[in-house]
Amino acid sequence: MSTAAPVVELKQITKRFPGIVANDSISLTLRKGEIHALLGENGAGKSTLMNILFGLYQPDEGSIEIDGKPVTIDNPNKAIKLGIGMVHQHFKLVQPFTVTENIILGMEPTKGLNIDYKSASAEVAKLSEQYGLHVNPNSKIQDISVGMQQRVEIMKTLFRGADILIFDEPTAVLTPQEIVELMAIMRRLVAEGKSIILITHKLKEIMEISDRVTIIRRGKVIDTVDTDNTNPNELAEKMVGRGVTFKIEKDAPVIGQPVLQLNQVKMNDKQGVSVLNGLDLEVKAGEIVGIAGVDGNGQSELIEAITGLRKIDSGSIKLSGKEIANLPARKIIESGLSHIPEDRHKHGLVLDFSISENMVLETYYKSPFSKNGFLDRRVVDKNAEKLVQDFDVRTPSIETKARSLSGGNQQKAIIAREIDKNPDLLIAAQPTRGLDVGAIEFVHKQLIGQRDQGKAVLLISFELDEIMNVSDRIAVIYEGRIVGEVLPQNTNDQELGLMMAGFMEKGGQSDE
Amino acid sequence: MSRLRRIFTLDSLIVPLVAILLGLIVGAVVMLLGGYNPFEAYSALIKRVVGNPYDFGETIRQITPLIFTGLAVAFAFRSGMFNIGADGQVLIGMTSATAVSLSMSGVSSSIVVPVSVIAGGVAGGLWAAIAGYLKAKRGINEVITTIMLNWTALYLSNYVIRHFFLLKGQNRSEDIGASAALTFLSGIFNNARVHWGIVIALLAALFFYVYLWKTKQGYEMRAVGFNQNAAEYAGMNVGRNVVKAMFISGVFAGLAGAFEVLGVFHYQSVFAASPGYGFDGIAVALLGMNHPFGVVLAAILYGVLTYGSAGMSFAAGVPPELIKIIIGSIIFFIAAQGIVRFVLKPFYLKRKKEKVL
Amino acid sequence: MKSMNKTFKFSLVMVLAVMMILAGCGNNKNNAANNGGSSNKGTEASNGGNNGGSKASDIKVGLVTDIGGVNDKSFNESAWEALEALNKEQGIQHKYLQSSSSSDYIPNLNQFVQGGYDLTWAIGFDLGDALKQVADANKDVKLAIIDSVVDAPNVESVTFAENEGSFLVGVVAGLTTKTNKIGFIGGAESPVIKRFEVGFKAGVEAVNPDAEVKITYAGAYDKPDIGKSLASQLYDNGADIIFPAAGQTGNGVFNEATARNNAGGATKLWVIGVDKDQSLEFGDEVTLTSMIKRVDVAVKNVTQQVIDGTFKGGEITNLTLKDDGVGIADTSSKNVSKEVLDKVEEYKQKIINGEITVPAE
Repeated sequence: MSTAAPVVELKQITKRFPGIVANDSISLTLRKGEIHALLGENGAGKSTLMNILFGLYQPDEGSIEIDGKPVTIDNPNKAIKLGIGMVHQHFKLVQPFTVTENIILGMEPTKGLNIDYKSASAEVAKLSEQYGLHVNPNSKIQDISVGMQQRVEIMKTLFRGADILIFDEPTAVLTPQEIVELMAIMRRLVAEGKSIILITHKLKEIMEISDRVTIIRRGKVIDTVDTDNTNPNELAEKMVGRGVTFKIEKDAPVIGQPVLQLNQVKMNDKQGVSVLNGLDLEVKAGEIVGIAGVDGNGQSELIEAITGLRKIDSGSIKLSGKEIANLPARKIIESGLSHIPEDRHKHGLVLDFSISENMVLETYYKSPFSKNGFLDRRVVDKNAEKLVQDFDVRTPSIETKARSLSGGNQQKAIIAREIDKNPDLLIAAQPTRGLDVGAIEFVHKQLIGQRDQGKAVLLISFELDEIMNVSDRIAVIYEGRIVGEVLPQNTNDQELGLMMAGFMEKGGQSDE
Repeated sequence: MSRLRRIFTLDSLIVPLVAILLGLIVGAVVMLLGGYNPFEAYSALIKRVVGNPYDFGETIRQITPLIFTGLAVAFAFRSGMFNIGADGQVLIGMTSATAVSLSMSGVSSSIVVPVSVIAGGVAGGLWAAIAGYLKAKRGINEVITTIMLNWTALYLSNYVIRHFFLLKGQNRSEDIGASAALTFLSGIFNNARVHWGIVIALLAALFFYVYLWKTKQGYEMRAVGFNQNAAEYAGMNVGRNVVKAMFISGVFAGLAGAFEVLGVFHYQSVFAASPGYGFDGIAVALLGMNHPFGVVLAAILYGVLTYGSAGMSFAAGVPPELIKIIIGSIIFFIAAQGIVRFVLKPFYLKRKKEKVL
Repeated sequence: MKSMNKTFKFSLVMVLAVMMILAGCGNNKNNAANNGGSSNKGTEASNGGNNGGSKASDIKVGLVTDIGGVNDKSFNESAWEALEALNKEQGIQHKYLQSSSSSDYIPNLNQFVQGGYDLTWAIGFDLGDALKQVADANKDVKLAIIDSVVDAPNVESVTFAENEGSFLVGVVAGLTTKTNKIGFIGGAESPVIKRFEVGFKAGVEAVNPDAEVKITYAGAYDKPDIGKSLASQLYDNGADIIFPAAGQTGNGVFNEATARNNAGGATKLWVIGVDKDQSLEFGDEVTLTSMIKRVDVAVKNVTQQVIDGTFKGGEITNLTLKDDGVGIADTSSKNVSKEVLDKVEEYKQKIINGEITVPAE
């Protein structure tokens, strides 16, 4: 396989954006019939490189060769003509259309003036058969699973005659079972003579499926290695640029006074259905309490209740001994609460604000940021400069819009802002969702750092590994109630799983 | 210096220029098809605007309410709302200014004018705030409420004028003695109806800029405009900001109305239909990219085109229907910059390729 | 800050662009000025032989319409037609400007005044205030207005006794209705439209006290859709004749009546035309009769005075039945019976004699 002819050669590609070199003289060779992984942190330049190959960006320097011939790809249609297909992370499908209609969209086969659905449908069925995709050509997109939708995206590229497939973070949206199926499909594709570039930062998948890996960091190629000759630790180190510990080091907690106390909190949703059902919870200074649970068991409502975004119907919430239930959000924030929200785009940042403006989202009205009703831009900027530096937020400048930062750097910016407020209680909801290993490590270190400084930390996560590794104490939420409290060292995945599924209740405060 | 250089980047200079050019070309083609001489028509347009001091003054008069209503729509937009109701707010501003100034007959103009203008602005603001309140408290879409309030404003204004201030036998209010005319300038402009509104309009644009980008309240309003969820999460009172933003937006529109009455007509007509100031304001705000200084320039462009169009009709015999097509196409190309970029694309690519090789 | 810069840049460019156009057009200024005075070159050329040396061809007449424009099928159009006719017959130069809003009235009038026009017409009640201001500021120019009275020595004002003409079509309606329900749709409430309303109502009452006249207002002169829906309501409530005095809005009334008649309703539905003989536009099947308002005659007469040098100014002419300034259409005999027309003639004489005074408000 390693002797196969190259189908794509990217030579010395350089792409600059204002204030940043996204790709710095990157070269990459894709051989026929191989799965070539492109590994890098968020913002390393993977997507830029692939967008250049797909004709969405033009390189500032460098050249592209397809099957040994130099080409200029100035738009995606050209790329498609050259046999390049891209499976995007966010699907570009029309929900009420059928699978066939979506696949032929933009290149409908016609019979006279009518679209020839019959032959299109047959063609789709044939492709589905050939590559083992198992897609029903006549289902509507809105009725099929996410995994199936992804296969429709794959089929779209095949229908357009793609021989070179680019997969952009394909597993991010899939369930474990769907990931296994996707791997099988990718193997089938290369067996049929296709070549694949796989963009990912998940080491496990790379080890499992790729033939070779090219690692890029900060826009530069660090190395290209055969997968058989490497291991996850080496790859992680090359990606991040230093040794990465997968195991979290932390000292025993020094637990102090209770900071957050919830007592019999009840909340109904608009339809009158109970979403918090007499919830009791306590978080003390110097400890991290992890909330484990299946999505939709009241986690979001719990956060909204504490942060004042939604009113509770009964019960009490105390922060440092002071009742805060149903106070305005600003009052609660001023009482010493910081919050890393679950959805950083929806709640954490104003994406069209600059980094500088985002850094004072909760403090803009106070001195020294505001004087006599006017914002003091100098102080605001200085504050941002400091936070960007202290928390290593990689941004071209503090004037850059939050929107154009990578996910990891957006999250770093939020954490910087929240921690800088020096809160008594830090709520972190899904703080590592969508982040790469380097960023995850950073987030965890920050949480533990806060706890070591004597803060109370409440961690909500769907990732059991994260809950087990970071928490000092674990509370399991099920149907709006804490059904069990355990210490991580005294439990295991199986026991937690049973509690999360509502089959078992355990402990309570007595566990200490 | 670097800032200056940024302002004059090639792209931002070429695109709008080409847009205007394309609009003029389409207009010229339409005129040629209709058998009219486009050069004659365009020069007549310009001549009508700058040909003599009177017309120049009248052009300023035309531009003034466009700045106000453009600012009104842009301000609401910056705070995340679409104020379709500037037209109704103008009417309420007019009516309040008329009512106040007519009730103060005999008092010196230098007192009546400021009081009436303030009354007009505040009334316009309160009128818009109704829509803001309904959105904040009941979640009712402001597009719907402001459209409905336009009708309410029209009939309410007509009712007030008809029943309290009607000049007998006429379809309008009694004459307003007080005047906001810029009297010391009327000599220069040959009695064109230039009034204090233009000064206040420019100050309003400046206020818009300073308030939104330099004050903490403006920061809050922009945050609400971009992302209500994040604003709420950060402890801002979204509802209050919505009402406040609509109020300020309505004040701009109300001022337009007050100055039309005090500076231009000196009476208020009973309107058969909506006078349309607010809808021109939407076009101006879009053209000006919702930025106060952009709005001022867009209002100038829009005002010049509308006022100058009579020159095309007068001197080049172009019928009003064709003129509407021409103005429409110029505005269309400026608003639809995507088309301009598409036209320019071959030139850009050529340059890029040279760079790569 | 960044976004601001972008928009700022854009704005700056717009100014530059406008300036460039200004500069570029500077060369053409003379050209435009030369053309400013001339009008309708084709006609001029063809009439040149006939009128060689005649002073009528030196006369320039301007006309400022209200928001309706010269294609409104109503009084603006009527006025413009009179100037067109004078241009054909005597070779006068004529030009019009359409107002797009009420703030345009003064600049449009001034455009003609400053262009040295011999006579400038203001068409419509709404232009009264504007014309007064222009007249006071330019005491040496000749001006004239339709439908409004402007008290100035250099303005000729022409109004019409719409109430008298409407009285006659009211007589027709009162004697023709089968359902004893008759509709009136006004444009917007104003003294002029009020004359239509009360005259019409008085006419109906004079001949048929049992008939009920239902009065509605559309609130606009340029909204046929509103006219159509108001007509629909009136017909649904049993009316069989509607008199719309609402400019283009009335076109919707004709549309509704025609549609219902074509659908084969039980009662034959009628519309009474306004300002011009609208049976020529909408057909005899639906146009019972029309209330004619001779705007064209008025425009022609006053313009002729200017041509002949007999224009005095400061006069108010109220054109009545007596002057044939208002009346019913000649084509009415197609749908209106001889007896009814005799009755109309009878009332016409009484009004002219002064035996009957038709209310005006």
